[in-house]
Amino acid sequence: MEHLPILIPLPLLAASLVVPLAGLWAPRAVFPLSVAAIALSAAMSALALAEVVAEGEALRYTLGGWAPPIGIEYVVDHVSAFVAAVITSVALMVVVAARRAAAREAAGRRGLFYALVLLLLAGLTGMVVTGDLFNVFVFMEISSLAAYALVSLGGRAGMFAAYRYLILGTVGGSFYLLGVAFLYFTTGTLNIADTARLLAETEPNISVAVGAAFIFAGLGVKMALIPLHLWLPDAYTFAPSSVNSLIAPIMTKVGAYVMVRMFLSVFPEGYLTEEVPVSQALIALGLAGSVYGAYAAMGQRDLRRMLAYSSVSQLGLLAVGIGIATPLGLAAALLHVMNHALMKGALFLVAMSMRMGAGVSDVRMLAGVGRRMPVTSSVFAVGAVAMVGIPPTAGFFSKWYLSIAAIDEGLWFVLAVVLASSLLSAVYLFRVIERLYLAPAPVIAGGADDGSESDAAASAQDGGVRESPLDVTLPMALLALAAIVLGVLNVVVMERVLEPGL
Amino acid sequence: MEEVAARFPFWMIGALLGVGVWGMLGKRSLVKKLIGLNIFQSAIILFFIVGSMHTGATVPILWHGQHNPHAEDFVNPLPHVLMLTAIVVSVAITAVALAFMVRLHRAFGDLDEERILDELRR
Repeated sequence: MEHLPILIPLPLLAASLVVPLAGLWAPRAVFPLSVAAIALSAAMSALALAEVVAEGEALRYTLGGWAPPIGIEYVVDHVSAFVAAVITSVALMVVVAARRAAAREAAGRRGLFYALVLLLLAGLTGMVVTGDLFNVFVFMEISSLAAYALVSLGGRAGMFAAYRYLILGTVGGSFYLLGVAFLYFTTGTLNIADTARLLAETEPNISVAVGAAFIFAGLGVKMALIPLHLWLPDAYTFAPSSVNSLIAPIMTKVGAYVMVRMFLSVFPEGYLTEEVPVSQALIALGLAGSVYGAYAAMGQRDLRRMLAYSSVSQLGLLAVGIGIATPLGLAAALLHVMNHALMKGALFLVAMSMRMGAGVSDVRMLAGVGRRMPVTSSVFAVGAVAMVGIPPTAGFFSKWYLSIAAIDEGLWFVLAVVLASSLLSAVYLFRVIERLYLAPAPVIAGGADDGSESDAAASAQDGGVRESPLDVTLPMALLALAAIVLGVLNVVVMERVLEPGL
Repeated sequence: MEEVAARFPFWMIGALLGVGVWGMLGKRSLVKKLIGLNIFQSAIILFFIVGSMHTGATVPILWHGQHNPHAEDFVNPLPHVLMLTAIVVSVAITAVALAFMVRLHRAFGDLDEERILDELRR
């Protein structure tokens, strides 16, 4: 399977061309085609991950047979195979679960909707597998453009949020490009492996330092690092449910992945910690973000907005892990990429399911929903517990490794801030759980549906609140289950996948 | 002064970046924000082009059917090709932004940021 690296983004890219045509002539084929493409890409990522772990070395693929550094090279190593597998499988679950919501929200334009979804994923997987700095920029802009268009489907508020997201996101992309320009004029190459080799040979100079600063500022916008997060809350709140449950778990994570890549493969070891204070900035901003995000989330009434601020908080922790920059710190950050993708995917799907089933996304209106939407509510409970970081869920272990990495470096205050942000998370998440399960229902209690009933089961006396159908609850439950199972199996992930790659 | 003159293109590019940021942050009109973004992107494209400038060199094509072995006689074509891609990206972004603006104008009857925000808060 020498073609494995390119087979990760290619099915998505090819399907994004076919799906709009299918939308015109055979609208029924759109959804199966899209899911098949994502499933194929996920299978290829899993295969690549298995092969990299078995072989112990990276898979390299030269595009068009042009040998690097002249041609573009795709490199799948432990880290990129891991991230590709995580984002494609979470995306698969979310796209399957969001079928009904998408059918409603993109009525009549389903072909174009799924084409955008596939382009988004093609861009994200492309960013992960490529071994070329400029190629990262191109894929980043492909995925961002698709994301702007998807967010704009959320009515007029969504449109305005998308416009702001476009301006800020493009500035981020441009900053990245400007940073790459500085590196290119220093080294004369764009290939990541070649850049690393040449940067290790050059004396530290101002040009490389400015380049690093611009690259990280640009990536900071893409991963919503405070204070560059301003696009995120509105974009996640006003985007259609089918879109925010897809964008929230995976999009910012790929920005974080590119940051990890910069630390691992581009700049010489120690350069970003000692020569340029990128690490210190990431730790400081990450800690500020993790507390600010959790604090802002406490004050939100809208479930989706609360989850959006919670993302700002969790991404802050991710940035801290990257900023610590020891192998353990980076491993903790990457483990958190997976855990947060699973948890946020599940939680945003819960928000979608509640909007469909109960018709509300205001936290105060959720009283008593726990009994009527048992599966959705228990997924929320698992996701919330994992987000706070209670063992044995996945969220606990990434915070655990993060804390150990911080203590190893003597950064004791990191421990205090992580603890504080976890406690704040507990406040806003358990408030919702209390609403769901303990608060008295405002209307007469009705019987809980068994979860497999379709739309027909609505009855007047339970206020129309009913559990979502199985095709929504099953992927959601699988994500929540994965958050527990991968939490228990975190040692396997760490030892087999992350540690050999760092 | 000599120092400034020698690096004139870079000062110019810096100024363009500043104008772009000012357009995006300081202007209320969504159209002017987009113009600011375009100026910002153009400055980066110019930076690549100026940075790859090579005095006394020529286009990298075959010379009277012969390969010229002296690399210093030619301009590196790679930055120019990269910038063609970057221009395509920037055109695509402009097109999407303009499409948003058409829809926003239809929904709000206005392209002023403050007035749209007021309308949304209501």
